[in-house]
Amino acid sequence: MLDETRKPLVSVRDLKMHFPIYAGLLRRRVGEVKAVDGVSFDVMEGETLCLVGESGCGKSTCGRAVLRLYDITSGQINIDGQEIGSAPQPKLRPMRPTMQMVFQDPQASLNPRMTVEAIIKEPLDEHTKLSEKEKRDKVGELMDAVGLNRKFAKRYPHAFSGGQRQRIGIARALALNPKFIVCDEPIAALDVSIQAQVVNLLEDLQDQFGLTYLFISHDLSMVRHIATRVAVMYLGKVVELAPREALYADPLHPYTKALLSAVPEPDPSLEGKVERIILKGDVPSPSNPPQGCNFCTRCPSVMDICKQVEPEYREVKPGRFTACHLYNDTADPTAGHEAQESTNKESLT
Amino acid sequence: MPDGALPVLDVRGLKTIFQTRAGDVHAVNDVSFALKPGELLGVVGESGSGKSVTMMSLLGLLPSPPAQVERGSVTFDGKNLLQVDPETLRQVRGGKIGFVFQDPMTSLNPVFNVGNQIMEPLRKHMGLNKRQAAVRAKELLELVGIPDAAQRLKDYPHQFSGGMRQRVMIAIALACDPKVLIADEPTTALDVTIQAQILDLMKDLRSKLGMAVIWITHDLGVIAGIADRVIVMYGGQVVEHAPVKELFKNPQHPYTRALLKTIPTIHGERAARLTIIEGQPPIMMDAPSACPFRDRCDVAFDRCQQENPPRYDLGNGHDAACFFDARTGGPRDA
Repeated sequence: MLDETRKPLVSVRDLKMHFPIYAGLLRRRVGEVKAVDGVSFDVMEGETLCLVGESGCGKSTCGRAVLRLYDITSGQINIDGQEIGSAPQPKLRPMRPTMQMVFQDPQASLNPRMTVEAIIKEPLDEHTKLSEKEKRDKVGELMDAVGLNRKFAKRYPHAFSGGQRQRIGIARALALNPKFIVCDEPIAALDVSIQAQVVNLLEDLQDQFGLTYLFISHDLSMVRHIATRVAVMYLGKVVELAPREALYADPLHPYTKALLSAVPEPDPSLEGKVERIILKGDVPSPSNPPQGCNFCTRCPSVMDICKQVEPEYREVKPGRFTACHLYNDTADPTAGHEAQESTNKESLT
Repeated sequence: MPDGALPVLDVRGLKTIFQTRAGDVHAVNDVSFALKPGELLGVVGESGSGKSVTMMSLLGLLPSPPAQVERGSVTFDGKNLLQVDPETLRQVRGGKIGFVFQDPMTSLNPVFNVGNQIMEPLRKHMGLNKRQAAVRAKELLELVGIPDAAQRLKDYPHQFSGGMRQRVMIAIALACDPKVLIADEPTTALDVTIQAQILDLMKDLRSKLGMAVIWITHDLGVIAGIADRVIVMYGGQVVEHAPVKELFKNPQHPYTRALLKTIPTIHGERAARLTIIEGQPPIMMDAPSACPFRDRCDVAFDRCQQENPPRYDLGNGHDAACFFDARTGGPRDA
């Protein structure tokens, strides 16, 4: 899975997206919601990086910020060799074709007054100089690619089911031959039997067009299916990032452990055996995160240090990143040795 | 009933239609089930399969028109709920039968504090005065695990998080010691860690209070964890009904089998490719004259196009509405 020759298509460094809170008579700025607070990750070419977390953890904001749908607070975003983190919006426009997005709610993200053809054609109108006929041909090809009947091109979104609408959204995202697609919970609004259809389609398209996905989801069982690597977010920060198999077999961060154990097991004979970690309480407000580690208010293995010092996000095993004090000594093997040596010396004297 | 216990709620041949401009939509077709005292019956189905409409029909919660309960009987406490006068029904609703709705954001009234909302059924149904009701409301909030209960009674719904609001909804539903609790997708709008809290709470409450529960969901994982028996609905009908272990080990209806295969799991073998059910769920614009699953079924044959299969009894409290016998691998006898 971890192919050394692969290079990152997208690299994000210390991305911050804070939304100001204004209050009072004079609408003074009284604080900020730290929706994304210092997130770093790479997305390798051709892989699917899944961003998981509970609602409000900032995963959608992160996905949108990576595409610069927001003006970010700080940080660097490099997509396909171009720095877009600080580029002004007019400069971003010619770069948009390489990066596209599939939205969560296919009902809300398609204009009800445009035909399917017009919806899929719109990016072509905006970004290419193709003739009308070429555009129509391209729309036909795209509809074939996502499994929609070409005959339905003149229909409006309301005439389609949820799964079909999501296919329209995917066709629109594909129109400009992007390299990188952010899928923001593309299956969350769909029925279980339809989810599998859309996931299979996304996988086929990835093979066919060599796409790279940032896949945002809260459904851990579906993530296990689709991901190459998984990043777990909690309260605006990535707490763990690991290759899929490693993460599911041996989660490092206590939050990841709790999250995985909370997923209901669709097998009653296994259900009794699953050791559940039930987290107490709710996610703290991102406008007022706790001191120290963000997870310290709910963590089952909380220590004193967690309430004071924010853990550093680092590589604790090859390819596995986490931000947790539990792994302080394993994090830097040389430091560990030194500590051990000094204790050895002490015992000798 | 294998164990002979008299059901607390007995639904027979329920049929509900919606009258629309485009014609009648047959949302619930001949649904029958019985709920035994103290058990948890899971109802599984995709959106549009008629699971919510079934439960709302029982309690007369559907606006009429467009909805119309055409046939059937719902026996509760020796009365047929479909025929009693509105006043009696009002007594049952929120009294002996509690209801928890899917979305805790919209099902609480934002302009009343939660104390008021918990006290309302207590005063209406149990005839408690204000002080008694307040004491009981505090107990209820403690029961559902809300810390600092006395203080929180004065808070408004927006001051609670999603999981806490759902706990308040459960407290309201439990207020009058219901015999039956109907929970309509109570954890769907919640995050997994909060869902785990609510499921845990529910198990705990059942062992304390011993009420019967109907739990509607589309998540088979949730069902596997808490249900005793399960009914699977598709196209407004019950297509399979079995004890929970039997259903997962030995699914008989092609829809149930397909559904179990499409969901990925976080344990066990990871499938290289997900199995899919082709096609779309049906829109029931005609009275069902054939199997609703026929167009998506991989074992359908001629008879499935002509007749709607009845629920065949397979023994051990298991039945399935399918002409194809998965055990013999051939059609069932007529």
